Amino acid sequence: MTHSHCEELLGSLSDYLDGEASARLCAEITGHMASCERCRVVVDTLRKTVILYHQLARPVIPEQARERLYRTLDLTDYLRSR
Amino acid sequence: MAETNHDQALLARIRAGDKSACDECIQEHADGVYRLALRLMRNEAEAEDVMQDAFLSAFRGIDKFDGRSSLRTWLYRIAYNAAIMRLRKRRPELISLDEALEQADGTPLPQAFFDWSSLPQRELEKAEVRDEMERAIRDLPENLRAVFVMRELEELSTEETARALGISPEAVKTRLHRARLWLRERLTAYFTPRVPEARE
Repeated sequence: MTHSHCEELLGSLSDYLDGEASARLCAEITGHMASCERCRVVVDTLRKTVILYHQLARPVIPEQARERLYRTLDLTDYLRSR
Repeated sequence: MAETNHDQALLARIRAGDKSACDECIQEHADGVYRLALRLMRNEAEAEDVMQDAFLSAFRGIDKFDGRSSLRTWLYRIAYNAAIMRLRKRRPELISLDEALEQADGTPLPQAFFDWSSLPQRELEKAEVRDEMERAIRDLPENLRAVFVMRELEELSTEETARALGISPEAVKTRLHRARLWLRERLTAYFTPRVPEARE
């Protein structure tokens, strides 16, 4: 990716994907993607990257760690199963 | 506003020595603190220790909390600092130096352009892809990883993330963008040898 216009727009792509870019910038990026396959691929794979990591599992504290925390804080009266 | 009123009420109860309030605070925030610690330490046992340290420190120092940020932001800040202190004590890790091209401002320049975004959903939902994403997040440079985890995985706002890390909102946005580009590059490198048409 060596074209200067591509590099100029690179820093704005997250704003574009997050819906935080101005209308003017959106139009500029969308227009550029129509003629620049590499930028189109970067935007589409960036968008997909965001979707994929938002689908990752969200671990919770292991039960033993939770019990240890409650014991350390003298809160064992409040320990209960999840 | 609801979060602020709730936090203020909880804070007052904790300061008054109400243990049920401590329990409530843990129930609300401990999983998130643990997840942050896990992503930063990349080790379950150390993440548990960081979580312990964070809550001990928080409850002991509760009078120092000025209430200007949310309780969650404050706890994440304490956990982040606890993690960083432990990380600094580790020996420097030997990491492979895959030199990434960067713009003058440090933004990584994309180098791989295989369009894996159009792969069938069943390909993208495979466990191997999730595992690769987990590895990529683990390998994110530390300063990008902290922002990425707080902003994207724990869903703090840009402002909350900035307060938790003691950096500007602009720095949060910049680092998040760099983290995303970095992860995109890793996934592209992952998919390219695995898809026949990418090699054509």
